[in-house]
Amino acid sequence: MPPGIVGKGLPTYFSWQHAYMSAVTSNSYLESLLQGQPHLPAAPLAWFNELRADAVDRVGALTVPTTRDEEWRFTDISPLTKLSFHPARNAPQLDAATIDGFVLPEAGARLTFIDGVYAPQFSFNNAGVVVENLAVGVTRHGAQIEPHLGRHAEFRGDVFAALNTAFLHDGALIIVPRDASVTAPVHLLFIATQQEAASYPRCLVVAESGSAVTVVEDFVALQPDAAYFTNAVSEIVLADNAHLNHVRVQRDNGAAFHIANCAVSLARASRYRSVSVALGARISRYHLNVLQAAESAECTIDGLALIADRQLADTHTCIDHAQPHGTSRQLHKCIVGGAAHAVFNGKIMVRPGAQLTDSSQSSRNLLLTGKARVDTKPQLEIFADDVKCAHGATVGQLEAEEVFYLKSRGLTEAAARNLLTYAFGAEIIARIPVASLKHCLEQTVLAQTNR
Amino acid sequence: MIYQDSKTLLAVRGLRVTVNDIEILKGIDLTVKSGEVHAIMGPNGSGKSTFAKALAGHPAYVVTGGEVMFEGKNLFELAPEARARAGVFLGFQYPIEIPGVANSQFLRLAYNTVQAQRGKDELDPLEFDDFVREKMKLLEMNPDFLDRSVNEGFSGGEKKRNEILQMALLEPKLAILDETDSGLDIDALRTVANGVNQLATCDNAIVLVTHYQRMLNYIVPDYVHVMEGGRIIKTGGKELAVELETRGYDWVGVEYKINARPAA
Repeated sequence: MPPGIVGKGLPTYFSWQHAYMSAVTSNSYLESLLQGQPHLPAAPLAWFNELRADAVDRVGALTVPTTRDEEWRFTDISPLTKLSFHPARNAPQLDAATIDGFVLPEAGARLTFIDGVYAPQFSFNNAGVVVENLAVGVTRHGAQIEPHLGRHAEFRGDVFAALNTAFLHDGALIIVPRDASVTAPVHLLFIATQQEAASYPRCLVVAESGSAVTVVEDFVALQPDAAYFTNAVSEIVLADNAHLNHVRVQRDNGAAFHIANCAVSLARASRYRSVSVALGARISRYHLNVLQAAESAECTIDGLALIADRQLADTHTCIDHAQPHGTSRQLHKCIVGGAAHAVFNGKIMVRPGAQLTDSSQSSRNLLLTGKARVDTKPQLEIFADDVKCAHGATVGQLEAEEVFYLKSRGLTEAAARNLLTYAFGAEIIARIPVASLKHCLEQTVLAQTNR
Repeated sequence: MIYQDSKTLLAVRGLRVTVNDIEILKGIDLTVKSGEVHAIMGPNGSGKSTFAKALAGHPAYVVTGGEVMFEGKNLFELAPEARARAGVFLGFQYPIEIPGVANSQFLRLAYNTVQAQRGKDELDPLEFDDFVREKMKLLEMNPDFLDRSVNEGFSGGEKKRNEILQMALLEPKLAILDETDSGLDIDALRTVANGVNQLATCDNAIVLVTHYQRMLNYIVPDYVHVMEGGRIIKTGGKELAVELETRGYDWVGVEYKINARPAA
């Protein structure tokens, strides 16, 4: 379907009820999520509306995964389905001071979303490139958006990606034109404020050939106890020789549910570097899919999950080497305290013909208590014969020799353990290319390890 | 240096220690007074390092007998960190690498912890930076080592300098230096020894644990003790170290057995 504008002037209203009735929704929970917002303004683009309708259909055809699904074996999301969530109709009015603590002074642009609703009063753009609300940008930049939106994050088989796509409206749109280099980071700030709010953050980044940009996705909460549901989808597309730094910080509150899909597509000799940090949420799941769609693409994917109490943090990654000469580097760390549970599944796919792929993956895990648990699974699927693929996983506790060394210098047992735990996580934090965020997270990690 | 009427810092009586249920120390007696430098020498496996680690409170070293008084207090009633704060310092034979912790951060944390314990002022990062740079000059250390992770990627000599730097910061009453000379070239040895000598006062004491005599050319001991089989089998002055260097350790053991026989 070619892009086209249907009906100029007032937007027509797209009927949810109709679309959803047409689908046979087997799962009453999904029905209730869809029912949350009966009317969403239709975009003046047919393909956009069709994409949403298609997604609504898919939600109807899919079910909420259970631990019987291989991909969700270790992650029981049934607590999510015991609560009801509704999209926020209106974002609450917040004082500017409220978001002061989340501001990144280096940012050249910021888009703020409150409970999923775009908040222009907390947004600005001095980046010199397109950084705007998707709901607005879709009409202006339709031709650049249509080939990508909903085309990379596969929603036909993923109910959460489908739900997000069904709610397509506000979101972040970043388009970096050919050979443009944006030095100041673009900050996408997602603030959760309300109990039972469901939000569907959406992000599309198109980095055209030879361009460079740093994007920070930052998920924060104002209420420490409000249970809310964040279901995010990001699509990131790098054209030839484009460079992109992607920082993702999930610091939801401890009652939240956070499910996110991110799909990255890399063209020839492009370079994608990502650091994702998961600190919050009662249950979180981040699924990152990187497709090296052309020769000589490069990616570095680092992750840290630092959790305690009864938190569950699941990170699924897939690096798909589909073409020759690709490089991937991955370091994923989990620090698990209390009775928390971390899951890491790192798939490395090397397709037939993707010769001279050079890939390494390391999963390192620190268990702080006897009840802490980690399930880590490297998953290598290699169908080419001239490749270099290294992987390793370790699960352990703090080294007694290290603890003793620090104690012999006067540090208490607790201080020694905290410092070593902090150091374990700091290796990942140190890779964040935004100094203020790095510093802030170092303090957060320090505070969390000092609990 | 031996001073008249100096007080006893460390009194070890009949110390027995096991590691993994194997008895390594079989009754050690040693008295160290303030101002003194003691060298504990002996072949590999004689128990020298075990003695050093047991004094510092390493959890793998289990005390099964005897007592150790430090300034009149039972040392074994103190946790390792409390011993450090009370003024016991162990210079590690193999200093531990701690990736992710900046050396400056570690040094300041250790310094401030001990300062607080002594009721003295703690230093903020800027004040500490000036302070530690002065101390580093003593050991001819490059200030770049402050920004690197603790001991990570340091050469053997750099690690040992970093140990003595910690000694300089913490100002212990009793410094036990375990094989501080191993892995040092002669220039580094001279520098490190010079640093230790400058830290020695009439109020503190140093116990050097070493296999070789060469460090004792630079840090001159008042007493030399020879360990074998978990016991101190001979004690002499600095000339004993020279004799050990030329004659080896075997003769000391033979002499000990001959002397011990009538008593047995």
